[in-house]
Amino acid sequence: MNVRVWIFCLFPFAAFAQGFAGLGSDAEGFSIPTPDPAFDFPADHGPHNDYRIEWWYLTANLQAADGTPYGLQWTLFRSALAPEKGDGWRAPQIWMGHAAVTTPTAHHVSERLARGGIGQAGVVADPFEAWIDDWTLSGDWQTLDMTASGPTFGYDMALTARGPLVFHGDKGFSVKSAQGQASYYYSQPFFEIAGTLDLPEGTVAVTGNAWLDREWSSQPLADNQTGWDWFSLSFDDGAKLMGFRLQQTDGNSYTSATWIAPDGATTAFPDGAFTADPGETYQTKGGEVPVSWAVSLPAKGVNVTVDAINPDAWMTTSVPYWEGPVRVSGSHTGTGYLEMTGYE
Amino acid sequence: MLLDVKDIHKTYATADGPFEVLRGIGLTLDAGETLALTGESGSGKSTLLHLIGGLDTPDRGQIMLDGVDIAALDDNGRADLRRGTVGVVFQQFNLIPSLKVSDNIAFQARLAGRYDPDWLTVLADRMGLTPQMGKYPEQLSGGQQQRVAIARTLAPKPRLVLADEPTGNLDEATASVVMDLMLELVTVTGAGLLMVTHSDALAGRMQRRLHLRAGQVA
Amino acid sequence: MTRATLHALLSHWWRNPLQLFTLLAGLALATALWSGVQAVNAEARASYDAAAATLGEGQYDRLTRRDGQPMDQTIYVRLRRAGWLVSPVVQGRLDGVRIVGVEPLTAPGGIGPVNLSQDADIGSFLTGAGQLFGNAETAARLPDLDVIISPQTAPGTAVTDIGVAQDLLGKSGRIDSLIVLPAQPQGRPALADIAPELTRQQAQGGSDVGRLTDSFHLNLTAFGLLSFAVGIFIVNGAIGLAFEQRRPVVRTLRALGLPLRRLIILMAAELMIFALVAGIVGVALGYVIAALLLPDVAATLRGLYGADVSGTLQLRPSWWLSGLAIALGGTALAASGALYKLSRMPLLAAAQHRALAMAAGKRALAQGAIAVCLLIMSAVLMVTADGLIGGFTLLGALLIGAALALPLILDQILRVAGGLAKSVTAQWFWADTRQQLPGLSLALMALLLAMAANVGVSTMVSSFRLTFTAFLDQRLASELYVSTEDARQTAALIAYAAETADALLPIQSAETDIEGQPTQVFGARDHATYRDNWAFLQATPDPWDTTFAGQTILINEQLSRRAGLDLGDEIRLQDQTFTVAGVYGDYGNPIGQALINEAQFFRLYPDVMPDRFGVRMPAEKVPEFVAGLEAQTGIPPSQTINQAGIKAISLAIFERTFTVTTALNILTLAVAGFAILMSLLTLATMRVPQLAPAWAMGMTRARLGRLELMRAVLLAMLTAIVALPLGLALAWALLAVVNVAAFGWQLPMYIFPWDYARLGLFALLAAALAALWPARKLARTPPADLLKVFSNER
Repeated sequence: MNVRVWIFCLFPFAAFAQGFAGLGSDAEGFSIPTPDPAFDFPADHGPHNDYRIEWWYLTANLQAADGTPYGLQWTLFRSALAPEKGDGWRAPQIWMGHAAVTTPTAHHVSERLARGGIGQAGVVADPFEAWIDDWTLSGDWQTLDMTASGPTFGYDMALTARGPLVFHGDKGFSVKSAQGQASYYYSQPFFEIAGTLDLPEGTVAVTGNAWLDREWSSQPLADNQTGWDWFSLSFDDGAKLMGFRLQQTDGNSYTSATWIAPDGATTAFPDGAFTADPGETYQTKGGEVPVSWAVSLPAKGVNVTVDAINPDAWMTTSVPYWEGPVRVSGSHTGTGYLEMTGYE
Repeated sequence: MLLDVKDIHKTYATADGPFEVLRGIGLTLDAGETLALTGESGSGKSTLLHLIGGLDTPDRGQIMLDGVDIAALDDNGRADLRRGTVGVVFQQFNLIPSLKVSDNIAFQARLAGRYDPDWLTVLADRMGLTPQMGKYPEQLSGGQQQRVAIARTLAPKPRLVLADEPTGNLDEATASVVMDLMLELVTVTGAGLLMVTHSDALAGRMQRRLHLRAGQVA
Repeated sequence: MTRATLHALLSHWWRNPLQLFTLLAGLALATALWSGVQAVNAEARASYDAAAATLGEGQYDRLTRRDGQPMDQTIYVRLRRAGWLVSPVVQGRLDGVRIVGVEPLTAPGGIGPVNLSQDADIGSFLTGAGQLFGNAETAARLPDLDVIISPQTAPGTAVTDIGVAQDLLGKSGRIDSLIVLPAQPQGRPALADIAPELTRQQAQGGSDVGRLTDSFHLNLTAFGLLSFAVGIFIVNGAIGLAFEQRRPVVRTLRALGLPLRRLIILMAAELMIFALVAGIVGVALGYVIAALLLPDVAATLRGLYGADVSGTLQLRPSWWLSGLAIALGGTALAASGALYKLSRMPLLAAAQHRALAMAAGKRALAQGAIAVCLLIMSAVLMVTADGLIGGFTLLGALLIGAALALPLILDQILRVAGGLAKSVTAQWFWADTRQQLPGLSLALMALLLAMAANVGVSTMVSSFRLTFTAFLDQRLASELYVSTEDARQTAALIAYAAETADALLPIQSAETDIEGQPTQVFGARDHATYRDNWAFLQATPDPWDTTFAGQTILINEQLSRRAGLDLGDEIRLQDQTFTVAGVYGDYGNPIGQALINEAQFFRLYPDVMPDRFGVRMPAEKVPEFVAGLEAQTGIPPSQTINQAGIKAISLAIFERTFTVTTALNILTLAVAGFAILMSLLTLATMRVPQLAPAWAMGMTRARLGRLELMRAVLLAMLTAIVALPLGLALAWALLAVVNVAAFGWQLPMYIFPWDYARLGLFALLAAALAALWPARKLARTPPADLLKVFSNER
């Protein structure tokens, strides 16, 4: 049997909420996020096994000496089969790693899957290390080292934080639907990044900026939500914008955004303040996706066009989606990353 | 004129080389007319009958039936002709052994799309076959079989009836009865009758008589 | 018009149900034989494929510990963290079932052939609830475990999560091997730097099991092919019969004005419907044949090669379809000739005889020319053919050429016999037999092929058995075989054997490459066992003396053929050069093998520790030795193999093989007998006019009947005489050409006259049985029918 079929069920970008969102825990015994969280670092950089899903999600906009733009992704997902504990092969944690490098003409993807409990993959909070096979992300969050490789690519990067952690929603409690589905969500969007990419055409030295997301939850989406479009934009003036749009079966959507000033001060925006409207589409291997978006946040005077640097950035992974670097123009200019799910 | 045959030639390949069976035969026949074709064995009378019946094609010559030259017809055309316009009564009866008498009689009419139950009832009655309708051909005597064959031929009411020694396999008394029936029914339908025979007695009962010798009209 | 015509055509069958039966039965039998053999083959192959898919056997490289022992699970994590994409496998036996533990997240094929519906609870598979997948037989053997029925799983195998398998097999934290995935990331370190204790085994083109069992399947495939040929002849005969019997009706229908084209379409449609019905019956019959044969085939393969084959048959749609396709295709092939003849048939009966007589002479000439061409071609191929295609072309040319030549050969024999005949009756008999020949030739060709196939295949199987048992005697010369698990056991065994046994012969080997061929090199200890028992295909006068003196090397036939090595050629192993002094048969081994002196072996491969030993002693002392071995050294009887036991098993297995072969022999002969029966029935309709004059001149009907019977037996006997050399040529081609091409070794051919005599007797019996009924019918022909001949004749 093909593992992909049920991996797809396990890793819910689209884990269309199993069970009713009660307080404290869901029907199967997983914890669920509650408002007004108090984070405890470095412990909270580590895994929260009593929640169903969790990720360490890093994207970076890079540039070579000759000006060529690149995109880079390093992601580790955790999915719990059960809230109980277990040892060795019986540990109920499944890990999935995705790594990608996007050039203007190519998109290299690799995926790793591993069981928890035997040391093949996992995350420890202090000293921080996240790994699956030979892919690692480790350091003290002021600096991080990161490696990954696939059959056609590899990279080795060093990251340095140039700003504070940023908390989305209400102090890190990020509401995902009108029914109250939510997650814990914080980011480090101020990484400077430098390193080398190993590509079929040769080794390339690159520099740029990276954005690391941390999010965990047990039921991130509501029943009627079919996917999302997520934007992380870094403007040339130093400000940043995180915004997402959750698509609903009725054609409407639920939006949320965080405005991040250059000093790290955040402003959270409720449903409707942020808009993203799809424009030109592109037929990828997996589905037809919009690769040009009109994005606005009128409260901050943002009215920009977001264009994919390489429209063919389809992730041919067990859970397929689109993820790639973008260019921003209009009222603000800059770069960023776009993730789109629910198009396959 | 129903039938107008002109200058027919026909040659067969044999083990001893080509043999010209017919050498420029001609004859005519009107509707309702009866004609006997006599001659020695090998004089070509059966061959001529087969040609007129569309069972074979002449090498040369014209066979006008109702104004159509059947010598020029293709295989399908000749099949059409045999189905509806011309009926042949064979010496060997050529009944379909697996069909009952009633089905045999009806067969050609069905093929021609002229199935008329009333007419078939009349035919069977006049031929004295009514008690035999549920039997198979092998259960009948030779005379009865030939009566079935004649009834089958007349069932679609053909314009021209051809008979090749129809009583050749029958004893004299039976032959006479069968002959009477055939002549009577041909008269009823108004068809022309052309009969090959080597019996002078039978030939004498026809309106006209044509004698063949070595492929020519004697 | 169509309805009336169909009514007339079909009424023939209702009035002659026996003819309908022979037509349908002929078609059904041919289909049954073909699809039965195919089903057995397909089932066995599907079983191997499932087994191979479970473990990725043959498809992927593997890592194992050099000493063959399980490795610690931490090695797996170490390799993964170094960037090696490998997947762990643990396996072992539990209550006779092979338990295979895989890690579905990293295994290249997921969890192998197991099908999970999307809503299956994968969580319980992964989290150690103890879910296993196996077919129904396997589930029955593991009553205490939660086995989910999955028919696609390899027979005798249960697939489960690696964690569950470790617990079941008592191998906690241990792994037997690691599958190396084909796509690996860039820049990973060398294996020797991370896990020097592991060795990498290259993937093989096909699994070992597959290669070995191919030899057996070749028998079955050859049978399938030949039975198909026989079947086509039968179908042809059946269709010919159907057309012959209805020829007068066809002529009448046309005389009454039915167009030829429509007639042909209707008859073709009628035949296709019959073919479909007969095909369905045939496939069902084939299923029965296969179901009866399969347990024997499965037992044969399991014992002979250790390949697990499901003993129960599954209905596969592909198999149904191929069976029906054979019935329809065979009918179409056979009917196209008959329909063509029908389309050319003159409307008038008189023209027919002349045309036929003229065509017959020409056809015989053309047939003879084709037969001679094919036979010349096969003669050339016997010398030049290499490769499987060449081998099968040879078989095809030989069989078809011989079949086409048969009527001409028989005709000549009958002509000569007729010339020698003295009495009038005898002269009439020979002349009449000759006249019958064209009508019977198709059936006789079928009989020829059936007999030749039987001679060929049984010669091949019997030769295989003789060679293989002789080979077992050679290879299993020691009375007892002992394997040891570690150096302590080895030392204890050596000490114990020194006191109690005549000799202890270590079996030690190393993997290497000779002339680019993967080869196992063995180090042999100088002992009379080798000199007494080993037979060579080619050898110098004293191969053992020079080999034990360290100068020469002995190689197996596979290596000799593949690397083109002959006696006197030199082989280099590391820094030393050996001369080839002997080539030995090594049946069933897919790779090359070479044998050198023990002392040289240890110098070249110092790391190899012997862990298997042959022990020489009087056979009756074996039980005592085994008991003492456990008491004194702790080596349990499970680590010993009694040679007598192995041989007994091997022989029992061959008996099974013969059951299958004999069953198929009888079936093909039965089918050929059926062909004769049908041909005689066809002829019977034409026989009455031919026999009537003989009857009128004073021969009794009973005598005529007896002569008819004799005629059939005589023709079968003549055919059998032709079939014997053909069958032997077939066997030779299978053993010396096809086998070499397929597996790399030639099997010596043995002759089994008694078997052939028995087979010939069966053939005569089949012919006599087939002729009995028509002959009886003839003997009871009412005089009135005979008389009719004279009254009707023109």
